Amino acid sequence: MRRAAISVVTLAVISMIVFTGVRMIPGDPARIMAGTDADAAGIEAVREKYGLGDPIPLQYLRWVGLALRGDLGHSIRTREPVVSTVATKLPITIELAFLSLVIAVGIAIPAGVLAAVRRNTLWDMLASGASLGGVSIPNFWLGIMLILFFSVELGWLPASGFVPIWESPLDNLRRMIMPAFVLGTALAAVLMRQTRNSMIEVMSADYIRTAYSKGLAGRAVVFRHAIRNSLIPVVTILGLQMGALMSGAVVTEQIFVVPGFGRLIVEAVFTRDYPLVQGVVLITASSYVLINLMVDLSYSLLNPRIRIGGRPG
Amino acid sequence: MSPSTTASAVLAQGLPAEAGRLARAWRQARRRPASAVGAVIVLLFVATAIGAPWIAGVDPMQTDWKQVRKAPTLAHPFGTDDLGRDAFARVVWGTRISMQAGVFSILLAIAVGVPLGLVAGFYRGALDQTIMRLTDAWLAFPFLILAIGLVTIMGPSLTNATIAIGLGATPTYIRLTRGLVLATAAEDYVQGARALGAGDLRLMSRHVLPNIVSSLLVQATISIPVAIIAEAVLSFLGLGVQPPAPSWGTMLNTAQQFLETAPWMAWWPGLAIFTLALSFNLAGDGLRDLLDPRDY
Repeated sequence: MRRAAISVVTLAVISMIVFTGVRMIPGDPARIMAGTDADAAGIEAVREKYGLGDPIPLQYLRWVGLALRGDLGHSIRTREPVVSTVATKLPITIELAFLSLVIAVGIAIPAGVLAAVRRNTLWDMLASGASLGGVSIPNFWLGIMLILFFSVELGWLPASGFVPIWESPLDNLRRMIMPAFVLGTALAAVLMRQTRNSMIEVMSADYIRTAYSKGLAGRAVVFRHAIRNSLIPVVTILGLQMGALMSGAVVTEQIFVVPGFGRLIVEAVFTRDYPLVQGVVLITASSYVLINLMVDLSYSLLNPRIRIGGRPG
Repeated sequence: MSPSTTASAVLAQGLPAEAGRLARAWRQARRRPASAVGAVIVLLFVATAIGAPWIAGVDPMQTDWKQVRKAPTLAHPFGTDDLGRDAFARVVWGTRISMQAGVFSILLAIAVGVPLGLVAGFYRGALDQTIMRLTDAWLAFPFLILAIGLVTIMGPSLTNATIAIGLGATPTYIRLTRGLVLATAAEDYVQGARALGAGDLRLMSRHVLPNIVSSLLVQATISIPVAIIAEAVLSFLGLGVQPPAPSWGTMLNTAQQFLETAPWMAWWPGLAIFTLALSFNLAGDGLRDLLDPRDY
């Protein structure tokens, strides 16, 4: 309950930051929100709708009220409601994020477990080296290099573009695999390090020694006891990495010309589409808070010893 | 005894101590060769940033229409770009911009974050709660989204990108400092100093801060490569350094349009970012082992 209450406070502060941010843009807010090509009547309409002549706190409350009812205003450029613009772009980015998550988890957890179990061996050094490289490589450059190799040199994969999954799942995958890989490697590097560290910690716990001493084989100890317990901190990191995944999506979609949420943000910034920027930033930050709240609440499912808000012990 | 012999005696005593320190540093370096190599490469990049005008040789903005998109040759070791500018000179000058953005943004994050974290951890209570709830909210904005938002408000430039990256990294320092202060303030020596009548300011500056500096330093070596990549990303998206200034990010942005005809344009700036970030991370790993010998 306490976690949920903190999340509500955080959400309120986020909305205040976004609200203040848009008002820090120099100039008349009504003119900014109506767009440069709006006539006097259009500007008046915006001023009326958002009550831009009213005191600031009242304006804020009205804006939050509208936002809570799903009205984040209209895009200056397309005149489409911000919410429906986001709704058409978001599934593409969610697919991209899901694919990269599969790649990241598929690489990171086996590699991290192997590095921890075979600690200080060649495997460990290889895995740690790869993880360090993954953190250090700028993902947009990795993307460009992949295009150079697989599209320009070998001609195996299309360099860019997007095909909806319901039109042709295969073509969709052929275009999504490189961006998903780029996005996945950065995440895999972080996850692998965390998996290794928490596996090492768990492997030195008493119950692991007990499991060994009662005669269980090494494999059974690792799979039945150690992995499950070491995954809790990994899930936390996964939640916290959602922000990085979002940032990564902005760049990756830009390189591979994927028409998703990330590309929408960049376009909105360049066209000075302030209501769209405001809405997109608000939605991103809010979903980050909600995802991490769910991660926190999921602990008690993974590990019944943790009861949030309950007494420790 | 004349003053000169005293001086030489001091010198004679001082020398072995100095040699001992060097020997110890050498032993540490030999134990972690990768970190030592990383540190040396970082220093080479620093030297490149400072000595850019002499190392580059030619003007990085000088266009030459007879040398457009030429593959690497002896005269142009990294090739030339779409306007016939020397790619080597541009990569060298780009070091300066990247270093500037990486170091200054993190200095800004430390300058804002450490005092806030110190105050939050030291006084606890309502002030702590206020600062931490603000930090939570600040952290909810993904780094790049926050930077994009700030650059939208302030306009694209190197300075604004640096400020945006710095503000994006600030919450990490608030949280880290607060956590460290909470642990340190409970130590006996801090309580002892308080019992002796030390004021809050003295406690914070003389007893708490020196004990958390090493952890902050380690965090800085982790955040600087992140900040360097962030600057490159912002410039790549057109939100940071503006053309024709030579930044690795803007170079990659241009290179992307000529992948089929001039792939070398994309090699060098990216390789430079990768090498610098990797070296920082390697050096940082070594520093962490040195200052914070927990077993990882």
